Amino acid sequence: MANVPAELKYTREHEWAKVEGDRARIGITAFAQEQLGDVVFVELPKVGAKVTAMKTFGVVESVKAVSDLFAPVSGEVAEVNDALPKNPELVNTDPYGKGWMLVIRMSNPKDVDGLMSAADYQKLTADGAH
Amino acid sequence: MTDAVSTSPLKRTPLRDVHVKAGAKMVPFGGWDMPVQYTGIIDEHRAVRGAVGLFDISHMGEFEVRGPDALGAVQRLCTNDASTLEIGQVQYAALCYPEGGIVDDLTIYRLDTDRFMLVVNASNVDKDWAWVTSHSVGRAEWKNVSDETALLAVQGPRAEALVGRLADRDVIGIAYYHFATGAVAGVPAVISRTGYTGEDGFELYIAAPQAERLWSALIEAGRPDGLQPIGLGARDTLRLEMKYALYGNDIDQTTNPLEAGLGWVVKPAKGDFIGRDAIEALRVRGLARRLVGFEMAERAVPRHGYRLMAGGAAVGVVTSGSFGPSVERSIGMGYVPSAQSAVGCELAVEIRGATHAARVVKTPFHPSHTKKA
Repeated sequence: MANVPAELKYTREHEWAKVEGDRARIGITAFAQEQLGDVVFVELPKVGAKVTAMKTFGVVESVKAVSDLFAPVSGEVAEVNDALPKNPELVNTDPYGKGWMLVIRMSNPKDVDGLMSAADYQKLTADGAH
Repeated sequence: MTDAVSTSPLKRTPLRDVHVKAGAKMVPFGGWDMPVQYTGIIDEHRAVRGAVGLFDISHMGEFEVRGPDALGAVQRLCTNDASTLEIGQVQYAALCYPEGGIVDDLTIYRLDTDRFMLVVNASNVDKDWAWVTSHSVGRAEWKNVSDETALLAVQGPRAEALVGRLADRDVIGIAYYHFATGAVAGVPAVISRTGYTGEDGFELYIAAPQAERLWSALIEAGRPDGLQPIGLGARDTLRLEMKYALYGNDIDQTTNPLEAGLGWVVKPAKGDFIGRDAIEALRVRGLARRLVGFEMAERAVPRHGYRLMAGGAAVGVVTSGSFGPSVERSIGMGYVPSAQSAVGCELAVEIRGATHAARVVKTPFHPSHTKKA
């Protein structure tokens, strides 16, 4: 069973969000990286770009597959993880830590209320796992 | 990841349950339920380049042909010259349509003067069987032994030492693209110094009921060598780094051996064979396009079906592409007009609507370490 930290919020598309004041740090879950396999490329927006909740903001590619990334919340990109272009494997080795992708300055902090709790996400992945 | 849904049940190799028990991720491939990875594609890829890997490739097809005209039948069907084969030697070749398109690529084993084994791609077994039996000539008796034959590949710099320890005969003396019969871990085998990885190693043809015994013996004996079981994911990245063609991706009915870079297995001087006239006409006319290897300027991954561009225009299509774990960059193969096929030519790959720079490079992408090298 993949790790699902209790303090984070989740999307059905397997992204996590960590609320830090009016900002949210986001990435993909341990379950997602396990399903993808070795991540070799992450395509992310630049600082200042606008992202919209539940719309794609980038792409993650493993050796075998391409997968869209969905924004958990709307807002403006405040930070991008500069380590990922050189070390995309951080998404595999530390999905909730060094493998983070963006920090978003939220335009509507209420977006967070629409996200799944750790317990609900755990249930989703338990049902969806094969 | 979307897997093609098929109505017929997937076929299983004799080791299918062993893979599941070992925690392999299983995927459908060419009608078979096959392991795509055990620990991870990059980890397995590196194990083969650096130590030794064990592959279950029992999905491959094997046909035997024997009789006074067996050589004649093989010569009629295959592009390469099988008359040059000694007993115990292997040859790579293509089966072609009269128009020059490729039915399949295969290896030919000379088992005896009048007896050959043809090893074909799993996804093509039924098509190839219909083709060879309907286009055979003379007194040649064909037998499809695919179901009763299992095939394990042991590949990597430590393969020779490992197989040598378990074999009841010398294997060091088996040259590249040669084979010998012997027992490995007590299992009678055709021990063939061939592979699809660019590393030294062997392919072991055995009776299907013995597959689990040999697999377990190799896993056990290979532990000190760092042996790992390897799935189809790493098999694909390993062969791509060598620019080995994969049927259905890089070659098919719509491509001919010359443009695919397989002119070296077409021997018109041997006499007539199916496709010879069409291929010779192409050779005279000159090739409109060629299969090239290219590398990406950045990490974005080129994939089968993506458009290849040059000078702002679409010029071809990517046939295979991946991140290459040993070359540590994204690489691919595809057909481009001959004018754009020289090493150094600037290309671009259209990935999700954006163009990404690429360049034709010398292949193989990674140096080959097969026995001949």
